[in-house]
This record gives sequence, C-alpha cells and structure tokens, in this order.
Amino acid sequence: MSEVSLLSLSLIILFLPLIGFAVVIHFGKRFSKLYLFEVAIMGIALLLSIIIGYFKLTDFPIKDLVYSFNWIDFGNVPLIGEFKIELGIQIDNISTIMLFVVTLISFLVHIFSIAYMHGDKRFSRYFAYLGIFTFSMLGIVLTHNLLMMYIFWELVGLSSYLLIGFWYEKKSASDAGKKAFLVNRVGDIGMFIGILILFTHYKTFTFDTIYTQMAAGNIPFDSFSWLTAAGILIFMGAVGKSAQFPLHVWLPDAMEGPTPVSALIHAATMVAAGVYLISRIFVMLTADAMLFIAVVGAITSFVAATIALTQNDIKKVLAYSTVSQLGYMVMSLGVGAYVFAFFHLVTHAFFKAGLFLGSGSVIHAMHHEQDIREMGGLRKKLPITYSAFLIYTLAISGVPLFSGFLSKDGILAGTLVFGNLTGHWLIPILSFTVALLTAFYMFRLVIITFHGEPRNKEKYDHAHESPLAMTVPLIVLAVLSVFIWYTPNPINPDAGWFSAKWLQTPASVVPQETRFDFMQNDFSGAKYYSNEMIHSETYMHELHTLHYPAMILSILLGGLGILIAYLMYQWKKINPDKLAERFKPLYNFSLNKWYIDELYHYTFISGTIALSKILSWFDSNIIDGAVNGTAYITRVFANVSNLFDKYIVDGLVNFTAFISGFIGMSFRRFQSGKVQAYLVLVVFSVLILLLVFNPF
Amino acid sequence: MEGFPILTLITFVPVLGMLIILLLPGEQKQTIKITSLAATGVQLVLAVILLAGYNYNAGGVFQQGSFQFIEKARWIEIEGFDWLGTLKVDYFMGIDGISMPMVLLTALISFIACISSWNINKSPKGYFALFLLLDTGMMGVFVSLDFFLFYIFWELMLLPMYFLIGIWGGPRKEYAAIKFFIYTLLGSVFMLLVMIGLYFSASETLADGSQVFTFNLLALMDKANYTADGILSPFNPDNLRFIAYIALFAGFAIKIPMFPFHTWLPDAHVEAPTPISVILAGVLLKMGTYGILRISFPIFPEITKDLAWYIALFGMVNIIYGAFVALAQKDFKKLIAYSSVSHMGYVLLGMASLTTAGINGAIFQMFNHGTITAMLFLIVGVIYDRAHTRGINDFGGLASQMPIYTGFVTVAFFAAIGLPSMSGFISEALVFIGAFGVEEIRVLTIISTLGILLGAAYMLWTLQRIFFGNLNEKWSGLKDLTAREYVMLVPLTIIIIFLGVYPSAMLDIMNTSVNTLVDFVTIKVGNISVSGLLN
Amino acid sequence: MLEVGLSHYLFVSAILFSLGIYGIVTRKNAVLVLMGVELVLNAANINFVAFSRFGNFGIGGQVYALFVIILAAAEAAIALAIVLNIYKTFANVNVDEISKLKE
Repeated sequence: MSEVSLLSLSLIILFLPLIGFAVVIHFGKRFSKLYLFEVAIMGIALLLSIIIGYFKLTDFPIKDLVYSFNWIDFGNVPLIGEFKIELGIQIDNISTIMLFVVTLISFLVHIFSIAYMHGDKRFSRYFAYLGIFTFSMLGIVLTHNLLMMYIFWELVGLSSYLLIGFWYEKKSASDAGKKAFLVNRVGDIGMFIGILILFTHYKTFTFDTIYTQMAAGNIPFDSFSWLTAAGILIFMGAVGKSAQFPLHVWLPDAMEGPTPVSALIHAATMVAAGVYLISRIFVMLTADAMLFIAVVGAITSFVAATIALTQNDIKKVLAYSTVSQLGYMVMSLGVGAYVFAFFHLVTHAFFKAGLFLGSGSVIHAMHHEQDIREMGGLRKKLPITYSAFLIYTLAISGVPLFSGFLSKDGILAGTLVFGNLTGHWLIPILSFTVALLTAFYMFRLVIITFHGEPRNKEKYDHAHESPLAMTVPLIVLAVLSVFIWYTPNPINPDAGWFSAKWLQTPASVVPQETRFDFMQNDFSGAKYYSNEMIHSETYMHELHTLHYPAMILSILLGGLGILIAYLMYQWKKINPDKLAERFKPLYNFSLNKWYIDELYHYTFISGTIALSKILSWFDSNIIDGAVNGTAYITRVFANVSNLFDKYIVDGLVNFTAFISGFIGMSFRRFQSGKVQAYLVLVVFSVLILLLVFNPF
Repeated sequence: MEGFPILTLITFVPVLGMLIILLLPGEQKQTIKITSLAATGVQLVLAVILLAGYNYNAGGVFQQGSFQFIEKARWIEIEGFDWLGTLKVDYFMGIDGISMPMVLLTALISFIACISSWNINKSPKGYFALFLLLDTGMMGVFVSLDFFLFYIFWELMLLPMYFLIGIWGGPRKEYAAIKFFIYTLLGSVFMLLVMIGLYFSASETLADGSQVFTFNLLALMDKANYTADGILSPFNPDNLRFIAYIALFAGFAIKIPMFPFHTWLPDAHVEAPTPISVILAGVLLKMGTYGILRISFPIFPEITKDLAWYIALFGMVNIIYGAFVALAQKDFKKLIAYSSVSHMGYVLLGMASLTTAGINGAIFQMFNHGTITAMLFLIVGVIYDRAHTRGINDFGGLASQMPIYTGFVTVAFFAAIGLPSMSGFISEALVFIGAFGVEEIRVLTIISTLGILLGAAYMLWTLQRIFFGNLNEKWSGLKDLTAREYVMLVPLTIIIIFLGVYPSAMLDIMNTSVNTLVDFVTIKVGNISVSGLLN
Repeated sequence: MLEVGLSHYLFVSAILFSLGIYGIVTRKNAVLVLMGVELVLNAANINFVAFSRFGNFGIGGQVYALFVIILAAAEAAIALAIVLNIYKTFANVNVDEISKLKE
C-alpha cells in the first residue's frame, strides 16, 4: 500500500469519530438507535487501523510517513522572514501501534457501554462524547507537531471533563470533572510554555524539524538550561495528563464517571497520552530532565501504590494502581528504557482496561455497589468476569507468562542499570518496592471481591453474570494479556515483535555534554534516529548482566506480595485489622491519600479564593472607591462653587441688576410698546448722532 | 466598485434607518423594529460585500495608496485666520487589515444585538433610533482616517450609549450611565488635547503646493510632515510627545478598559439591557485597542517602543487581576464583565510584543472577544429574561431543564476558556507566541499564562453552579431557547468554531497590514534617525 | 443736457427713504406701514445700484440689490401673512392697538 493511501486512511480514521460525534449529538435524541452508528464507526476505525498497522509495519518498517499543510501563513515577517504554522500528521511505528490500541479499546468500550449504560437518560449523548474523545485521542496519536499535540491535548481534557461529569446531578461528579480539567490545566500551562520556548527559537512546531536542528547543535537560546527547561516544562503536560505526582489528585476523583469511561480514558488511553508525549520528546531530553522525569515517575508510582493498599472502593484501588503504573512508565522513560515504557503502555492499556471493565461488570452485577467490603465470593456468580479479572491481575502483578511480566521486567531491569550506572539508587529501590506492593494490593482486591464468603448476602443473591456485550470485551482483553502476542519467548521480550522489530530507542539529539553517558550517540547526520543501538556498550553489558537478577528479584517480590495477600485475606493467618491498628498513623496516612487533597485545599484552593475575594474587595472599595471618591470630591467642590456662585458672583449680578432696574425704571416711560414711536426715536437719534459726529 | 462610496454607506445606513424610525409614529413598534433590523441587515450585507472586494495583499497602515475603498473629500475649510492658516478637515475614510475585522465585527454584532433587542417594549422608537445612531458612531470610528472625523464618531457613540443605559437600564441605571459617560468623556478630553497638539505640529502639502496644518492620520504618521517647532514635533527638542502619548493612551485605556480604569465596565454591564451589553463588550471595548493600534503606535512609534514593557505589564495585570476578581463574583453578568477585563489584557499583551504574531493575535483576540463575549452576554440575557435574577448561586441543575441552552453555554464558556478548536484559543496562543518571543516581556508573558488556568477556574465553577447538580424546584418552569434566541446564538457559534478550525480566514485579512505596521513601528523608525533629519 | 449723476440718484433715494419713514411712523394701518417699509428698502436699492454704477466696487451692489428685492418679496409675503392672521384674531390692523406681546 502506498504512503498516500496510508495517510489518507489515517485521516479517515481520525475524522470518523468526529462525524460520529456530530451526528449523534444532533440527532441522538430523535433517533434512539443512533448510538449504533457511533459503534459501527468505531468498528470501521478499528479495521482501518489494523490495515494501517499491517502495511506500515511491513512496507515501511522504519520510515515516517508525513502529511503536513500550512495552517497559518504570516508571509514575510519583519526581522524574521517567512513565518508559518504547519499542522500535519505523522505515521511512525509508535503512532501505528497506538492507533491500534486506541481504536481497539475504544471499540471494546463502546460495545461494553451498550449494556452497561443501558437505560441511562442521556444514553446517546454518552456515545457522542465517546466519539469526540476518540477523535481527540487519535489526534494526539497522529500529530507530527507540538501545536496539534497541545490542541488535541486540551480536547481530550474537554471530553474527559464531559465524561467525568456525565452524571452531573451528583455534586461529586461535577466537582471531579472540574478538578480534572483544572489540575490538567496546571500541567498544560507548563507544557505550553515549554512549547513556546521551542517555537520561539525554531519558528516551527514540527518535531522532526526541531530535532534535526537540535541535532545540528542548534539549541534553544544557546543555553543548556533552556534546553533542560523546555524538556521539563513539556513534561509538565504529561505530569497533568498522566496524573503524576504532585498533580495525580484528579485521577482517583475521575472515577466518578461511568466505569467504561474510566476504562477507556482514565486507564488505557488518555492518561497514557502523557507517556506518549514523553516518548515523542524523548530525544530532546537532557540528563537533568531525564533524571527529573525518572524521580517524578518513581515517587508517583510509590505514593500511589501505598495509597492503593488501603482503599476500599474497587475503582479507587484501580485508579491508584493506574497512577502507580503510569509512574512506572514515566520513570522508565526517565531512566532511558524507552522501549519498555512504550511496551508497558500497550500491555497496561489492555489489562488495565480489562480490570476497569471487569470492575464495571462487578459493579453492574452488584447494582452500583463499589465498596469491596460489601462484596465477596463473587467468583461463583460471575465466573467469566472472575477469570478475566484474575488474568489481568496476574498480568499487572508481573507473573510470568503474562504480558505485564514482560514489560515490567524490562522497566525494572532498566531502573537497576540506571541505578548502577548513575548512582541514583533511590529509583530502583522504589521501583522494586512498588512491584511488591502492586502484587499485594491487586490480590487483596481479587480475594476480597471474588473469594471467601459473601459479606452482603442480599446483594450477592441478586448478582448475576453480565450480558454478552460486556463479557466479550473482557475475554478479548484477557486474551491480549497473555505473552504470546508480544513475543514467542515468555521470559525475554528481546526476541519479540515489540522490542526487536517495531520499536527502537531513538538516538538523543541533545549535545553530548548534556546527555547521560550511557545514551551514546552514533548519529551521523541523516536522521536523528537510526536503527543502530544508541545505548553505550557499558549500558548493554550492564543490561545483559542485570537482566536476570532483576527478573528473579521481581518474580520473588511479586510472589511475596501475592503470598502476603493470601495470608492476610484468604487464609486469614494475619489479621489486617490488627495490623492497621498497630500502624495506625501509617494506615491513616495511606487511607487518606497522604492528605494531599487536604493540603491543596487549604493552600492553593483556599488561597486562590481568598485572594480573589481580597482583590474583589479591593476592586469595589479601593479602585472604584477612588473613582467614586473623585466624583464625591468633585461634587463637594461643586457645592462650594455653588455657594460662592450664589452669594458672591450672583450677588454681584443681582446688585448690577438692581442698578439696571433702577435705571430702567427711569427709562420706562420710553417703552410705550408703539413701534412707530420707537422708529421716530431711532430716526432722531441717528440724525443727532450725525450732527454730533459729523463725518463729512 | 470603484468610486462607489461604500464606506459612507455602511457608516450611515443606520442613520438612514434612524431617520425613518423618527418619522414613524411611536405606536408602530413592529415596523420600527423591522426598520432597525433592515438597517443593520443592510450594513451586514455591505460588510460582506466589502470583504468580497477586499484586497488581501494591501498593507495600509501608513500608505494611503494601499488603503482600500478610500473616500476623501474636503469637508471643512475655513480661511483667513492668520495664525491658523487654513483650517482644513477632510472627510477621509478607508480601511486596511486593522480596521476590516473591526468593520465585520461591528456589522455582525449590531445585527445580532438588534435581534436581541426584539423584546424591548419601553418606547422602542427612542431605543431603536439611539441604537442605530450608536451603530453609526461605532462604524465611523473604524473607517475614519482623519483624526477629526475619528473624534467626532468617537463622541457620537457616547451620547446614545448614555441614554440607552440611562433609560433602558436596570435599577442603578442612572449611576451607571453617568459613570460611563463621565469616565469616557474624560478619556475623550485627553484625546482632544493630543489631537489639537498634533494638528499644530504637522503640516501637509496640498496639491497646489501650499502647506496647511492637518488632521490626516496618515500625514501625521510621516515624520517629514512635522514642523521644526511644533509642540508635538519630534524635531522640537522640547517636545511634549511623551506626555501626549501617555494622555492619548489614557484616553484609549479607559475604553479598553485597562486596570485601574476599568470600574465603569462592571457597573455599565450590570445595568445595561442585554443588547447594549452585547454592543458594549462586543464592539465598544475594541475601540480603545483599535485606537492604540491605529493612532498611538504609528504616530508615536519611538515612544511605543520605549513603553512597550509597561503596556505588557498592564496587559498582564489585566489578565490576572480581571480573572481573580471574576472568580469572586456572584452576579453572572458581573462575572462576564470581569472576564472581559481579563480577556482584553491579552490584547494589550499581544500589542505590546510588537511582533507579527502578537499583533495578529491581538486583533484576532479583539474580534474573538467580540463574538465570544457577545455570546456570553446573550446567554446571561436569556436566563435573566426567564428568571429575573443573575445570582450564580440562585441556580443549579439547569442542564436537565434547558439542554439546548446548556449546549450553547458550554460552547461559549469553553471558547472563553480558550479551548483549542475554538477561535479564542488561536488568538490567545498567537498573543503568547508573539509575546514570549520578545525577551524583555518574557517573564510577564509567563506570569500571564496563569490567566489560562484562572479563566478555566471561574468559568467551570460558574458552569457547575448554574447548570449542574439537582434542579432547583423554583426553576422547573423555565423554557428552553426560543427560535429568536436560537437565531442569535447559532451564527456566533458557527463563527467561533469556524475561526477556531480555520483561523486563516480572518488572519489573512489582517496579516499584510500587521506586517506593515510591525515593520513601520519597529524597523522604519529605527532607520529614520530623528537627529539626522534635524541637521 | 443735464448729466444725471450720483447725487441725483441719492437725492431721489433720500426722498423715497423719507417718505417711507414718514409712512411707517404716521400710519396706523399695518398694511400701510408695510408699504412704508417697502419704500425704505427700495430707497436702499437705488443707493446700491447707484454706487455700483458710479463707484468702483464691481457689480457687488447690483447683486445686493437683487438680494434685497428677493428679501423684500419674502418679507412682504410673510408680513402680509402675519397681518392677515392678526386681522383674524383682533379684527383690525391698527398697530397701536395690537400690543398683546408687550404684556
């Protein structure tokens, strides 16, 4: 298939969901079956993305296909010269894979939603929103420039806002939507400034052009700090969207949205956009920026994992687990394990979407009960959901033979090598701790929900397995959580499609001295990335030696986590309540999410509102007071003038009038009112004047 | 097209309508409204014709040759005062890329405001007559190229506005009207002083070779026209150009309104009837920034360059301060008024950058703010007509009650927030691109980006308080949009989204002129050394 | 033969003027007063034309004379209209007795 047809196909995929949105939002109320149109559109998009994926990866395995056009042309600008803003799309390997992931999960979620959202009064609008979301997400995936990235970045924020607040009658839902949008905006401002730095220097938003120039030694404002700043600032966008610490607070609240939405947007695709963004800017990250990213990712994954330990809402546990896993991916990019970050993004997308849909199935069965303390023993009632859920849990816990093991193992090895090479041991320590915690809290969730005896008999009795529209997506995702789709070798992904054929770490384009030593550059000028291995030999050697220790350690830690979970909740050998009692401060700290929400509430939110009240007071009392004061002073002055006028000036006038009146009295008799008499007077006067001032 | 006085027509068509209305008996309300709608409609059609005949490659700004649709005639000529020479005022109109968007905006907003005035039933004869006079004043400001003419239109718009607020306004209408009038008049006084100062400082050579003082803006932009000892002449070592610039700027700043001269705006908006708020926010505020671009920048380029940092500073203060104050408002209309203060800050910031992107963004923001804020005020009007209250906290849950209305509100709010795919984003982004590119004001720009966050905060909070949650039983009788309201909101929505997706449609109109302006202010002035000319 | 000079014209106009003034001052009937006004105006006209002929002022005098004639016609028309209205109101046109405006 030719380049042009691939590009046109991807444009069609991009705009299909938009058409779906436009049609369903306008006519959805009139035609109640119209949502099927949106579902069908997603089906077509999925098919097309498979076609694109196949032909792109076989016909153009290392080529980027680009289509761009001038969006705004400023012509010949003084002092700058030709100046224009280009938009365009780019299909390379990661966007191809993302295209498939997004359309697939979106399609599955559409199917799932038909059953899950059945009977909702805004049913068709829900599908319309899914359409606009998919459109925006595909825009992020396909963009070849930063501006379009930002545009679609904000648009996914919009659809996320609309979908979180979908049940806006609940205050908590509309609060959560607002919070999500605003917290994301904080990150977006950073991202926008970062983009501005690059644009101001390079006069283009296009990744490729920027990186080519950067590789040629042209860096923003000729300063390494600006380069680092640009990287970190753009990363701020990812901090917001991918819910990294300290902006992670919105994601757990976002669970107020319908559960399929949580699966699609807040687990699999949109939140992964942050990771995708970092992959896009990966080549321009300096060592400082990468370290920053790695630390943020590590802290996020640790913080979220500790919170997930104690949550009792099934979706909250999954939400914090998502935050934690996203932290993993971000950390992985920070330590230079580019391929595994992206690999984990894909595997995580499938099993986490599955977990959420599974939880949706449970919630559906339990009549919208989300508290796991009310559940228990559900495996007998929901066999399909249970088996699928267990597979996802095994995957996320890093058990061999499942997809999560492969990607997670790569990340862990990456952090270990990073720690060994740079001395930043904190990162591998945190990452391995998180591996333990993840296995524990995920199995805690599974055991409490599905095993044991039902705690709420009434709800248990009413529970039933979900309809086909819900179970089929679960099965598909469960199948995709098995190793075989990614690599034939269940313990080493290096031989697989992802890391060996489709993905290579791109070579760094930042100057040598700002780069980690192990990010060797054999860039020879033609293109900033190459098929050559870009890590140094030391790095490869380290990776080779540390790969198996990392793997064994991760299996051990994962196993330990599962074991503890079984000890505590299945076999009841350890009483979790007593444990909580003994470590009460720690338990509360975790249960209350490190008090971060409270912290923000009492600092930023209250501060902003207080400041706005103060300024509003200032505005209406001081500034407007000054205006009114001026008016008042003017009036006082006017009154004084008035008195002056009345008694002094007017007094004079009246006095004059009195005199005139007096004189007038004497002349009154002349005023006979007879015109002819006046005329006689005039004529005689003129004659007298002529005689007196004789002009002749 | 050549020689057809289309600008005169577009300016005075409303006056024509006004005359017809004045001849009609006051009871014929429907006829009066239709006449008024016809007048604004013709104006809109003329604006579109203007656009159709518009040459996208003509620069304008300071060259008379590249202005379009020029009409120039001697208007006032009084000879015989020794020290005055010949008093000569031209009737000089023309448009370029800076005024074209404003002409389109004025025609559009007037038309929509006219539809929105349909339910004015308190002496409609007077209302629509004044409304049309106001329309002429606004249009005249944007097409005049002679300072005298500009000033006359500027003042012409003031009077109807005073009565429209003062008679058809809300409870505190007298206070608001007088505040508006006096405040704006104060600005005009400054402008008048500068105008007279400029008049006596520059002379224009007529066709017969004689030298006369001039109000011609284009002549005033040319340094060569200044006399050696004029009070505002750059060749006079003791000139008062700096003070004049400040005075002129203050005159325009009141109109924008720039912090700290903004307090008339919330009062005027809150008290004005909906269509007048629409006009006020949609068009009137732009006259301030337009004046700066048309008069202050090219006539005083050297001072503009010196003071750009301060203009940017005020832009930043407007953005942040307006947003913070908006956040604290409990009155829906007041909130929108303060959001206007914030949004006009972007215009100031963009202009201060003196870059193509920044000034394009500023003009585009003027247009977009016109459409978006007009929409926001229409939206407030819709709810006020039904509920007779504007308290944000009085509502709740309207989304279920009025879904179509909520849809439009969402579009308008997100446009105001600067969501990509809507026009507001493009202009704000261009402003930031332009301003960030200038090293001196980079820090101010970075602080200004906070406005994006605060804007989202107050808008979303308002959206939540009015539309989300459970429906307050009190409002269960509210009806969704009527056909007339639909007709007002749909075109604005289409324009906002169209320009968000395809901004070139508007940017191409202004770009050549903006390039010319930037070139004129930043480069040409640098090359013409004033001291060199002195010797 | 006697050369008709400037002084002749002025003499005639002076007589005319005096007659006009006499008429205005002495007559009680408003119509007759108006006729006196006409005489005064025409006296002025003669002066204009005469100076235009004998003086060195171009044709300005004649133009002004024309103006005055037009003015006189207009004035007569309006004045007669007023007189008619006065007659309607007061049933006489005696200028001495019509003094309502004074009060």
